[in-house]
Amino acid sequence: METAGLPRRRKGQEALADARIFAVVGNPNSGKTTLFNALTGMRQKVGNYPGVTVERKEGICYSQHGHPIRLIDLPGSYSLNARSPDERIMVDVLLGKQPDIGVPDGVVCVIDSSNLERNLFLATQVVQLQLPTILVLNMSDVAEARGIRIDTEELSRRLGCVVIACSASTGKGLLELRLAMSRADLPVPTYRVSEPEVVRAGIEELAPGMKRSVQPDLRLARAEAMLLLIADELPEGNPHTTRARLIRQRLDRDAPGWRSQLITVRYARIGELMQDTVKRFDPGRASISDRLDAVFLHPFWGFVVLAGVMGFLFYSIFKLATPFMDGVDTAFAALGTYMGDVLPAGPLRDLVVDGIIGGVGGVVIFLPQILMLFLFIGLLESTGYMARAAFILDRAMSRVGLHGRSFIPLLSSYACAVPGIMATRTIESAKDRLVTILVAPFMTCSARLPVYLVMIAAFLPAGRASAVEKALMLLFLYAAGTAAAFLFALIFKKTLVKGVTPNLVMELPPYRAPRLRHVLMEMYDRSKIFLRRAGTVIFGLSIILWFVLNYPKPPAGMEEDALSYSAGGRMGQMVEPVFEPLGYDWRVSVGILSSFAAREVFVSTMAIIFHIDDEGEDQDNLVSILRRQTREDGSVLFTPLTCLSIMVFFVFALQCVSTVAVVRRETNSWRWPIFQVVFMFALAWVAAMLVYQGGTLLGFS
Amino acid sequence: MSEQVVKLTDLRPGQAARVEAFTTNGANMYRLMEMGLIPGTMIRYVRPAPMGDPLEFEIRGYNLSLRRAEAESISVAV
Repeated sequence: METAGLPRRRKGQEALADARIFAVVGNPNSGKTTLFNALTGMRQKVGNYPGVTVERKEGICYSQHGHPIRLIDLPGSYSLNARSPDERIMVDVLLGKQPDIGVPDGVVCVIDSSNLERNLFLATQVVQLQLPTILVLNMSDVAEARGIRIDTEELSRRLGCVVIACSASTGKGLLELRLAMSRADLPVPTYRVSEPEVVRAGIEELAPGMKRSVQPDLRLARAEAMLLLIADELPEGNPHTTRARLIRQRLDRDAPGWRSQLITVRYARIGELMQDTVKRFDPGRASISDRLDAVFLHPFWGFVVLAGVMGFLFYSIFKLATPFMDGVDTAFAALGTYMGDVLPAGPLRDLVVDGIIGGVGGVVIFLPQILMLFLFIGLLESTGYMARAAFILDRAMSRVGLHGRSFIPLLSSYACAVPGIMATRTIESAKDRLVTILVAPFMTCSARLPVYLVMIAAFLPAGRASAVEKALMLLFLYAAGTAAAFLFALIFKKTLVKGVTPNLVMELPPYRAPRLRHVLMEMYDRSKIFLRRAGTVIFGLSIILWFVLNYPKPPAGMEEDALSYSAGGRMGQMVEPVFEPLGYDWRVSVGILSSFAAREVFVSTMAIIFHIDDEGEDQDNLVSILRRQTREDGSVLFTPLTCLSIMVFFVFALQCVSTVAVVRRETNSWRWPIFQVVFMFALAWVAAMLVYQGGTLLGFS
Repeated sequence: MSEQVVKLTDLRPGQAARVEAFTTNGANMYRLMEMGLIPGTMIRYVRPAPMGDPLEFEIRGYNLSLRRAEAESISVAV
């Protein structure tokens, strides 16, 4: 293709089609995302890059003249040498290799001013790409408090680009930044760290070939050639790999240690730069963080704090969310009553009240608890405690072949495995990433909560169960899921996915006050996703379920057996033998079947099935309805043992269409998601069967 | 004043030393170098994790966590 520039994606609106594009880059923990949020506010959208599963975050901010500017928040990295899919995307976007973005019009490089040296490593590399760049010295308030003074003018002169001191959390410098981004004449930096002659020669040899097939621009082709030469592993299937390999071998022979030299020289030049631009640098870390760490990372108290934090998280899911849940319950009940009054009697009213409102309401009621979970994870992340937790738990993780970084995907999976699995992209080793993905669904996700909560209430004696007993049961279920995750990580690591345990290299950032606005935005995003799921998938499933359970209608005179005549009922009866050893009858089997689409649907299904059977008790609480259900032989259906069996089934089974979809995308094949579903179903079946049969044998009921 | 070259893992909590060399040439070596762990840099061992591994270090004004297996391959001068 012979074009001078790669085409840009055209949006519907005229203004956006011509909007300039700025890429936002920086180290992890540099406040890049806070800055991005401050500039774009609610005008953000999250998607995916085509072909990979890296999350793509774009937003709009307005120039001083009111023109829109597109900002792309790229994944954080310590250098342009990409070692994970996230980092590769960052580099691809900067080099203009993303087809629908093209070469960015400018780069905003965010630097943590209190951590200048290391941040300048990436910054000097980015500057060398010779794209119009704005260097943002973020967290300038923190830096000043630590006695660091940076001469922004001198730095700007030396680098040849605009340098702005900012504090994204207080808003300082943001106006200046927007003004800079509005400039039509943003300077191209002049600073470069020269390579040794032999390396330069190698680049010149490789670059022109890359220009023809990949890059329209020789200067970016040179950058790409350089990055290919220093890559840890040469990528397969890249047409330039063979050539690069030969050049590397030549360099290794003629200039041994050239790769280390490139790094040490860059740091030496950074040292020189800092000598001239930074006054009164005191590289001691904030003492508050050190004092906190003395407790939080203490051999004994560290565990106490961690256990306390986790315990508080689970307890608050029970207690603190309750008033909100009651609110949702009341709202849906009121809606049901209203619709019941407004609509004429008949199938439509039944559909709306029982099917839709009953089904969807049964699930939306758990939104407060899910939000609480996301609130906690957000707070832990933004204060910096998350890194400490990963640090404490790494030893246990690596014993089962996982990585300390697996902690965040696994912890996120407590809320929902879908973002948790997506978060595994930060794990560099492909094998460890796969193991983390395979065991993430074992972590008790929030979709299991509705099932657990209803079953726990049915399991414990009516009216006498205390919040503590409920919390303990819940904790037991969470522990079972977590234990399964670790156990199978170990097993998979030793059998299916053998590989070397990776190394943990992780920054422990200074503690920061939680960025509440950021956390709240995250919660808002997550709740939108959950409600969208409730609004569409569960809504759709509720309608389908309602039809499947109500039609075909029974012949006249057989109304008590309406359920067994319906299509859903027949399916449940067909698979009943499969679930009988677990203690379920065909009605519960229908619930189990339907929950394979989404776990929460089990509750909706139970609500619809037993509501249908129990005509006269419209306003009754689901749990009390369940308690009264009997089998054909008259014995109680939801005995404690049956409830336990159901709960155990849900601990182990993979029942989530979205998870299957995400695993398929992240592993790029159907092999793994299918294996997961089948394996986890078998495991769940066996476990629930053992619980039920074993319990019966021991005399429980 | 004589200097001794030891492994990074031989340091006592709170002790500082100067990075000398990497004794194995793993791919991780370049990563650590890019993060600032280059020969000549001062590094301070802060503390071990409660379970003994990984280890927390301070270099160039920030704190880094390394696994023991990794830190063993870095030699430092005290």
